[in-house]
Amino acid sequence: MKEIASAIQLIPLWYYIMLSSALFSIGLMGVLFRRNIIVILMCIELMFNSVNLLLTAFSAYHSDPAGQVFVFFIMIVAAAEVAVGLSIVVMMKRNVESVDINLLHRLKW
Amino acid sequence: MVETSSVLNLSWLVPAFPLAGFVIIGLGNKHLKNHIAGVIASTMTLLSFLMTCVLFFTFSSSGNQAVTQTLFSWISLGEMHISFAFLVDHLSLTMMLIITGVGTLIHVYSIGYMRADERFNTFFAQMNLFTFSMLLLVMAANYLLLFVGWEGVGLCSYLLIGFWYKNNSNNYAARKAFVMNRIGDLGFILGIILIFYTFKSVSFQEVFTKASAVQHGGTLITLITLLLLVGALGKSAQIPLYTWLPDAMAGPTPVSALIHAATMVTAGIYMIARSSILYNLAPLTLDIIIVIGLSTAILAALIGLKQNDIKKVLAYSTVSQLGYMFLALGLGAYSSAVFHVTTHAFFKALLFLGAGSIIHAMGGEQDIRQMGGLRKKMPITFYTFLVATFAISGIPPLSGFFSKDLILTQAYERSPLLFSVALFGAMLTCFYMFRLLFLVFFGEKRFVNLHVHESPKVMIIPLVILGVLSVIGGFLNIPALFGGKSEFTAYLKTSITSIELNGTSISTEWILIAFSLALVGAVIWGAWNNYVKKEHIPNADDQPMRLLPKLLYKRFYIDEAYSFLFEKPYNFLSGFFSEKIENNVLNPIIDGTGSITLRLGTYLRRLQQGNMSFYLFAMVAGILLFIVFILIV
Repeated sequence: MKEIASAIQLIPLWYYIMLSSALFSIGLMGVLFRRNIIVILMCIELMFNSVNLLLTAFSAYHSDPAGQVFVFFIMIVAAAEVAVGLSIVVMMKRNVESVDINLLHRLKW
Repeated sequence: MVETSSVLNLSWLVPAFPLAGFVIIGLGNKHLKNHIAGVIASTMTLLSFLMTCVLFFTFSSSGNQAVTQTLFSWISLGEMHISFAFLVDHLSLTMMLIITGVGTLIHVYSIGYMRADERFNTFFAQMNLFTFSMLLLVMAANYLLLFVGWEGVGLCSYLLIGFWYKNNSNNYAARKAFVMNRIGDLGFILGIILIFYTFKSVSFQEVFTKASAVQHGGTLITLITLLLLVGALGKSAQIPLYTWLPDAMAGPTPVSALIHAATMVTAGIYMIARSSILYNLAPLTLDIIIVIGLSTAILAALIGLKQNDIKKVLAYSTVSQLGYMFLALGLGAYSSAVFHVTTHAFFKALLFLGAGSIIHAMGGEQDIRQMGGLRKKMPITFYTFLVATFAISGIPPLSGFFSKDLILTQAYERSPLLFSVALFGAMLTCFYMFRLLFLVFFGEKRFVNLHVHESPKVMIIPLVILGVLSVIGGFLNIPALFGGKSEFTAYLKTSITSIELNGTSISTEWILIAFSLALVGAVIWGAWNNYVKKEHIPNADDQPMRLLPKLLYKRFYIDEAYSFLFEKPYNFLSGFFSEKIENNVLNPIIDGTGSITLRLGTYLRRLQQGNMSFYLFAMVAGILLFIVFILIV
């Protein structure tokens, strides 16, 4: 455990922050500008994981395992969320014959 | 030997019987047939009367100690603790005997009178509810419970005046009575609040004990007594709130006898007599009561001179007699007022029941110009009516003589002026009563095609009993002048604190009595001369009249004046508010609120078009703005 933490600390914290910000922004742009709902879900995962990366990095630098425990929880929740999300996508495909989110405005009351 | 206290603790049974009757008849309204409801109602009142008699004798034999029976704690809020308690003492027992005794007779009479009515059962249910409320009123041991009974009798009065609701004018009469009483009730409840504020209690016992510490003639006590007086003025139909009582004659005649002559209208007198300790502390209020009572007595008697409806004459006579009771109250002679309540209950109930018997026989006709010569056809009604007329005119030795003479003598002790005005009123009473008697029972018959007959036994027997009571009622209180001991006044002494008057010499009293009797004789002779010998019949409505008779016939235009002073401005204001303010101010404001929201809604609606990308964009933009805001601030 000690070795891993020290291995992580070999790279400066600044790099981790930059990387996860980049991942987060990519994810965000994807969510905003893509129309395919599967891609949007993937982008959301990307945003999640950028946050996870940041959490592990901070956790290692602070020598506090709580951050890494959080990451596990987030991964579990994300897995559940993906299961629900994908089943919605399947239903959507069956009903509107498309995965384009712009077609969802038909759901409006 | 039964423990006396345990008997007195059964006092709650007295109001419980009529309440049970009300519940039974009210629930079984549709199922009770063959006039059984009348029998149930009469039995319940009779049981109540018997229970009152038991209480009365137990009370007398157990040393005449007032008993307060607390049933349960009724209201308990902070400093306020009010219990549901009954007070059994001399005054409440007297009133209970009148209510249940006269009430039973009237219930029995009603079985005959209401026989053909389709709402027979409802009538008796409401009569029993009335008896219950009235008993609650006189037995209450605090002002608040008294007020509950007070409102209960008001409700029953309203229901029974409008009993024949299919005729709309009856509904108007009922509403008038209700509204007039409401004005009085407002004063009464303000008085109760002020009593609580002053004495921190509403129970009679505590209030009267603490009252001894109050300054004689102080502002607060005067205000309390004045507010209570307003309540009494409404209930007991005194100037300026008397106009509802003559209109209340729209109800069935037994109702007029029970509620609007014998019991309910005397509630105000009972309440003031009960509060005698408070009133003794407020001489100003007592003077006001004298003025109101005396002017009501004269005004109503004057109006009674020219009325042609048999019940209207009796109604104005009731208002006038109530005025005498108020005069007695104002003189501080509370027990004389209660004595007049008692004798008045006998003879006025008798007069009303006699009038009911006549109306019954005449097939609903109430106009005395259409009657005449009934003496031979209805002998028992005639004789009982004659007895009652003698009693109300104050002819010895009938009951009215003793009670009225007592009040007149006490008025003389205060001031000869009061005596002469009151005597003038008594002469008017005598005149209009004999006018009524002569026009109805003497002369030629003035109706056609009517088979007039004596009423059935069930109606006649109560008449005879009341007739006997009207004769002997006065012997309850024979003054020292005739070798008596004024037992009635003495009996009430512990409940009521009367103001001691100077007293007059025996010879002065003899002169006063002889003087008034001579005047009564002259008045009767005048009435006989005018209505029997000359067979003078009151003019038809469309005939022109001279100014004064017309003024009396039109009741001094007081109803019209009230209508002009209160009803018209009120209706005008209501119309103004409903047309101008409502339409031009309130409606635009409320409609405007609605239409502004609607219009804003149509703009905001464009945001919600179901485009998910836009939602996401809005969300992110919002979060970014938020972050920027935090970073800047």
